[in-house]
Amino acid sequence: MSSKLSGRRRFLRDSAALVGLAAGAGVVPPADAQMPPAEAPPKECKDNKDLIAYGERSHYVKSVRIPVAERMSPDEFGMTFHVLSPIQDSVGIITASSLHYVATHRGSYVPDINPQEHRLMIHGMVDRPLILTMDELKRLPYVTRVHFLECSGNRAKPTHKTVQQTHGMTSCSEWTGVLLSLLLKEAGVQSGASYVVAEGAETVKGATSLPLEKVMDDCLVCYGQNGEPVRPQHGFPLRLIVPGYEGIHNVKYLRRIKVVDKHYMTYNDYGHLATDARVAALTRQVGPKSVITFPSGEQKLPGPGFYEITGLAWSGSGAIRSVDISLDGGQNWTPAELRSPAFPMAHTRFGFHWTWDGKECVIMSRCTDELGTVQPTRAEIAKYWNVPNDKDLQIKGLDNSVFPWRVASDGSVHNGLA
Amino acid sequence: MGSRKLLLLVMILGLSQISKAQSPTYGVGRTPTAEEIRKLDISIGPDGKELPPGRGTAVEGAGVFVRKACFGCHGETGSGGPAPTLIKSDGKTKSPYPCLNPCVNDSNVMALRAPYATTIWDYINRAMPLTKEGTLKPNEVYALTAYLLYKNGIIKEDEVMDAQSLPKVKMPNRDHFALAPEWKHGTPRLQGYP
Repeated sequence: MSSKLSGRRRFLRDSAALVGLAAGAGVVPPADAQMPPAEAPPKECKDNKDLIAYGERSHYVKSVRIPVAERMSPDEFGMTFHVLSPIQDSVGIITASSLHYVATHRGSYVPDINPQEHRLMIHGMVDRPLILTMDELKRLPYVTRVHFLECSGNRAKPTHKTVQQTHGMTSCSEWTGVLLSLLLKEAGVQSGASYVVAEGAETVKGATSLPLEKVMDDCLVCYGQNGEPVRPQHGFPLRLIVPGYEGIHNVKYLRRIKVVDKHYMTYNDYGHLATDARVAALTRQVGPKSVITFPSGEQKLPGPGFYEITGLAWSGSGAIRSVDISLDGGQNWTPAELRSPAFPMAHTRFGFHWTWDGKECVIMSRCTDELGTVQPTRAEIAKYWNVPNDKDLQIKGLDNSVFPWRVASDGSVHNGLA
Repeated sequence: MGSRKLLLLVMILGLSQISKAQSPTYGVGRTPTAEEIRKLDISIGPDGKELPPGRGTAVEGAGVFVRKACFGCHGETGSGGPAPTLIKSDGKTKSPYPCLNPCVNDSNVMALRAPYATTIWDYINRAMPLTKEGTLKPNEVYALTAYLLYKNGIIKEDEVMDAQSLPKVKMPNRDHFALAPEWKHGTPRLQGYP
């Protein structure tokens, strides 16, 4: 076997063994001590040219996205609808681009866009309409920011088993691109303008109306995601990021920005139309929201003892300031620790030391954002709307309610709404 | 004021307007031609000012609905297909398909729920029919829009839809929707919400 190892590798292995011996040399072993059995050398994977060029994760890692239960992806036409991110397996705050959730409004194909041919046009109520190639966009000053995305359909139902099903339509990436305010200043926004219509280049030319105030505040025209070009499923070669606004506003395959003087009521706007201005507000910006990702549905604790409860918190209004944990179904709350930087409008990782006594309990997380807004319970939401707090409670707008996991005495974890 | 003085005043005002407009900082990119803008700009606002010339009626639209095979996805009667319901059904025949987003069922018929007829025109024009998006002629889009408005009881069968008449159609949901309040940096999504 050792003859197959290169001389250098054999040298490294043998030196390591020597170091190990040396480290033990000063310790007097007990009389009956035996040398541990020689450890089997690790199996090795041969790399091929493709893996040298673009790496892959270990074949032991099985975490995958799944389509939502309501509609298959790909569907019978080969279109993608809504695909859930496996956040039960997530670590840190960045979602791997290949595991980032995907949502399309009516179901659509991923367009195959040649970046050399892609253009962004800015026009409407501007002094100087502008067309930019991708190369020209990349010449402009850029920023890199961490932001979450969440679909307004990210809503826990009693029938859901896992956190992927209850909360999997949110993800977080490092985005790189040009501030849309820079491009609009370059074009010169005329007085009287109040909205922009942003439009994609895919077959349905998905479009959304955005308030100019938000656009000038922090929206990004992005070509980079997690250290590489934005992936095709997420808008290659160019997408809009509207930090903290629900996913549908973050137009993919961005090709056109039209500055206008009123809300344009596009098909996507009409699809989320509300009859009450309060519901319209709750359907635009994401409220403070958090969820425990471990332990979560269909995971199993092997027995009583120490565990680190962990999860994600985020808010469309700014940075996460704090997270609390309840181990008794919401009667008592104890602060958790933030385990990551708390960027504005970004997933923030929390952790909480927990010694489980083996008894059934209901665990939940609750976050507070930098404005001091606290993630509401279902009871608080029912009270606000003056409706009964029961299993039929339909939370209006994007559901950011506190979510319970029930840990059974056998260590199995279940949806607390079931 | 003499006409020469007036001219001078106009020139000074004009110059001050120009100096007020900020010049670009980077100067990267180019100015699109009017033709380029016209070709790409498919957004139709509620006042319909971008609507192109053309016309159509419900009778013509019924023909387009068949010719362009709209019934293949939306059902022969405009309901009961896998794609969104376009014409409110009799309520007796249940669609065998699950509720998509936006919902395919009667509760979300576009002609009944969209506050402006221009939204229907804009969407048919940009996104229909499936796999041949953007190929319909303005007359066909006017005719299909008229057909959906007529079949949902909003306009008469012989009403002509064009750039002038379409934005004036009084939609059933015109006064029953709400936009989100003005957005401000650093404010919660809804003041007073728990």
